[in-house]
Amino acid sequence: MDSIERNLLEQVAQLHEVPEGAYNIRANGQSAARNTTANIDIVNKTDGPGIDIIIKPGTKNESVHIPVLISQTGLKETVLNDFYIGEDCDVTIVAGCGIHNCGDQASQHDGIHRFFVGKNAKVKYVERHYADGDGNGQRIMNPESVIEMAEGSWMEMETTQIKGVDSTDRKTSAKLAEKATLIVKEKIMTHGQQYARTEFTVDMDGEGSSANVVSRSVAKDTSRQEFYSRINGNAACSGHTECDAILMDKAHVTAVPEITANHIDASLIHEAAIGKIAGEQLIKLMTLGLTEQEAEEQIVNGFLK
Amino acid sequence: MLELKNISFEVNTPEQQKGILKDINLTIDERFVAITGPNGGGKSTLAKVIAGIIKPTTGRIILDGEDITDLDITERAKRGVSFAFQQPVRFKGLTVRDLITMAAGKPINVSEACSFLSEVGLCAKDYINREVNASLSGGELKRIEIAMIMARGTKLSVFDEPEAGIDLWSFGNLIQVFEKMHEKINGSIMIISHQERILNIADRIIVLAGGRVEAEGTRDEVLPHLLSGTGGVCSVLADKL
Repeated sequence: MDSIERNLLEQVAQLHEVPEGAYNIRANGQSAARNTTANIDIVNKTDGPGIDIIIKPGTKNESVHIPVLISQTGLKETVLNDFYIGEDCDVTIVAGCGIHNCGDQASQHDGIHRFFVGKNAKVKYVERHYADGDGNGQRIMNPESVIEMAEGSWMEMETTQIKGVDSTDRKTSAKLAEKATLIVKEKIMTHGQQYARTEFTVDMDGEGSSANVVSRSVAKDTSRQEFYSRINGNAACSGHTECDAILMDKAHVTAVPEITANHIDASLIHEAAIGKIAGEQLIKLMTLGLTEQEAEEQIVNGFLK
Repeated sequence: MLELKNISFEVNTPEQQKGILKDINLTIDERFVAITGPNGGGKSTLAKVIAGIIKPTTGRIILDGEDITDLDITERAKRGVSFAFQQPVRFKGLTVRDLITMAAGKPINVSEACSFLSEVGLCAKDYINREVNASLSGGELKRIEIAMIMARGTKLSVFDEPEAGIDLWSFGNLIQVFEKMHEKINGSIMIISHQERILNIADRIIVLAGGRVEAEGTRDEVLPHLLSGTGGVCSVLADKL
């Protein structure tokens, strides 16, 4: 692993070296390193690029890291990864993609992640997207997550895209059975001429299921963001979706929360707010001795923390 | 020492020209100065003029001999002016600890941050990692606002109605906070207040009404007039006191 790849790995997986536990590191379209454990198996797909991650029922306190690193300009790939999470598991999955593009051609990673979350299983899924490089080539990531949650399962999805990704079109869809809980926390910052579109569709099919989809974003310069969140209550369930965006410079943000109740006992809430940093917030921090720019940075960092 | 020389502030709209502050001349050198007077009398505007949030139409502001009239909010803060807002600001994502640390202007450890919170009657461990967002009540925010000023520990601390929004039960504690601050402070506290118990601990009271200094002096000189509703102070204020 060279220094560029090490930096990408640190950004997307917050790892300095190869992680503990199960992992699969994909670098420039190839599997660069892999480790499996007694409870977590990782096997290549036979019908195309991608892997199956199979977690045995009852696996507790284990983690899987599957970072993707691209440092070769012009590389475009589509990868399908399937996660089979057995019943009663309690695991953490860390995925992410880092692109370093110094060239003139676009580098693109389209990852499709399917999660089959077993009965009463608990999953924390962390996904980070990061890109850098001083070339003119675009850095593009289009992640898609498809989640199927069995009865009583719980999943928290934390997705973060803070820097450098020129274009992203992110789709997440989930189906929740009885008493399943899905929590999504999305954080996005776009700058320059970047474009980010995220789309969530959650079907709460089971009684007692609940979903909370929360997005916080900051749009700077002339960047554009679009946020779509569609929550369908098809049973006695509770759902909440919230989009909160800070607008700066000449950026554009569109937020479209959509809730549909198809059952008399579905309780659904949506909230959306877009606005610039409040003047009084800047003034307060300036009275503490910060410059206007420092105040702005603190407010943005806090908001996305 | 803070000197205000011929400070005026006018608001000009197409409909009218209104003087909010009219030729204010004050020297603040005491440890604890209270500013009181009827609503709309110019008290908050004066505080904002001192903090640099509002630029006066005319007049000069001198802090320890230096003319700070043309300095912005940040520069004044760095020279030792602190300002507690009447209506504290909420921040999504920033925690109480973040704000206290920014106020202190240097990295501080948890126990130092907690000591400021305890001073204002907040149980530190319950609050230190809370976000300063809509989940905090108005009274909690006011206390955090005061804790931030204590963390700054500057030579001039201006408080705009610290008692506003604090419930009656907590008010006694708040008075103690200011009494303690009065004893310990190295610089000056300037506090805008309508509360008799706060006026009682002031070294000097300034009555601002209609944008002018209506009366000023020691507690014994000013307070009896205020309480009796005489001395040119309007009856609304007298009712408040």
